[in-house]
Amino acid sequence: MSRILIVAEHDGTRLNPSTSKCVTCAAKIAGADIDVLVLAVDGAAVAAQAAKISGVGKVLVANNAANVEPIAAVLAPQVAKLSAGYSHVFGPSTTFGKDLMPRVAALLGVGQVSDIMAVDGPHTFKRPIYAGNAVLTVEVPADATVVATVRVASFEAAAEGGGAAVENVTADVPLPSHTRFVSRSGATSGRPDLQTASRVVAGGRALGSADGFKLIFSLADRMGAAVGASRAAVDAGYVPNDLQIGQTGKIIAPELYIAIGISGAIQHMTGIKDARTIVAINKDGEAPIFEAADIGLVGDLFTVLPELEKQLSG
Amino acid sequence: MRRIMVGVKRVVDYNVRVRVKSDNTGVMTDGVKMSINPFDEIALEEALRIKEKGLADEVVAVGIGPGDAQQQLRTALAMGADRAILVQTDAVVPPLSVAKIFRQLIDKEQPFLVLLGKQAIDDDNGQAPQMLAALWDRPQAVSCSKVEITDGKATVTREVDAGLEVLELDLPAVMSVDLRLNEPRYVKLPDIMKAKKKPLDTMSLADFGVPETAPFKVVRVDPPPQRSKGVMVKDVAELVDALKKKGLV
Repeated sequence: MSRILIVAEHDGTRLNPSTSKCVTCAAKIAGADIDVLVLAVDGAAVAAQAAKISGVGKVLVANNAANVEPIAAVLAPQVAKLSAGYSHVFGPSTTFGKDLMPRVAALLGVGQVSDIMAVDGPHTFKRPIYAGNAVLTVEVPADATVVATVRVASFEAAAEGGGAAVENVTADVPLPSHTRFVSRSGATSGRPDLQTASRVVAGGRALGSADGFKLIFSLADRMGAAVGASRAAVDAGYVPNDLQIGQTGKIIAPELYIAIGISGAIQHMTGIKDARTIVAINKDGEAPIFEAADIGLVGDLFTVLPELEKQLSG
Repeated sequence: MRRIMVGVKRVVDYNVRVRVKSDNTGVMTDGVKMSINPFDEIALEEALRIKEKGLADEVVAVGIGPGDAQQQLRTALAMGADRAILVQTDAVVPPLSVAKIFRQLIDKEQPFLVLLGKQAIDDDNGQAPQMLAALWDRPQAVSCSKVEITDGKATVTREVDAGLEVLELDLPAVMSVDLRLNEPRYVKLPDIMKAKKKPLDTMSLADFGVPETAPFKVVRVDPPPQRSKGVMVKDVAELVDALKKKGLV
């Protein structure tokens, strides 16, 4: 019998959609009991959102003033303690989960399965290796706690409509003070979130400048899409790092992905493989992006983009 | 001695397009170009820059892998590491064992900072730094894009989904580095000659008493699912038509 604990990702008030995707992954294990753990200062509001996810049995809330920011060294001992009695501990393969879960695994003295993309059985999982150029199927020993991160792009959000019980818990463990939060800065663009948007428009180095990249923002706004970028565009300083898509950036799975002036390095393709439809617009007809594109257009983006925007609004 | 320890993993070069073996037991690595894991190269570069600022006295590069991993450690020495340690094994050492090996080396070397790549580009696990920090009970900063060291503390900027996060850490600590932290230097020929004389100690995995085999059984390795061949359109009007047909606009 599998008892699965999912560590909720949240910002203190809102539950991140990655948590719901972890529930979908956990529910692939037949007959699993799924609980969600909210570590917060006051987790009531977040717990109420988690309780609505269909398939969740119980929401555990561990309130502690130390949980004001998601510092892995502070959260990990609590997760390790509260995971007693669970056969599986899952977190999302976002920067939150990637930071936290290996620390939890080490405290429990077990290995970790990174980036679960498919569930073959209670202890058997598929995960990408070599930037997604190979898929590894691994089996965790039946007697070991399965600590894992879930590749959120591989799973849909679970349905709403559940009504799980919320229970307050206390993790009685000493917490370190050696790691202190200073600040966080990010773009609050008002645009859809890159990781959950159903449409994404992304630009590459061919945009030429931050100014040139405005063409991408303009098209994205016209389409109600999120904006992404290749590593080259981020490195060149056209856009901030949180827009990067790829092996070391964000892994996305939108309905529609439009890559503009992106050549399609292996590391970029890793991030977009799960997009339902890929459109590529590039001046170079030999660019590798066309091998993966469902629809390709060879052309100069500086003439194509204004034209495309015009035809879409017409 | 103010010491920095850096992890240097030998991996298939990032430009190689890996192929899955026909018997589905792994990927083909015979005769393939091998390099330092790119993230480890950035970790090493950062360690060297910290030393060059006068904030450290010695940079020790540590590799875990086959005898041939000496090549990557020699490159690390040519880049500027002062000495290297190879923990020799032909086994694929899982991240928790890597962390346990580093933990034991920390007792011996007493570094104030351990710099590691945020992930190795072969197994893409991204676990060893966090696991080491847990076993050592010290701070971790994952995906660093900026590191500043002052008076027993470090201020680090991390790349997170929301943007950038700044943490203050008491030292000693473990940091895993991201791509934008720095651009590693090129190795010059005289440095390669000099590196041949630098100490490279070899230890055996057996010296560490950690499990040699991965905790997980490899069931099989498959190529990724292929996308079906797409269509090329000749102009914007055709593109918009194609998108409309799919109900996407």
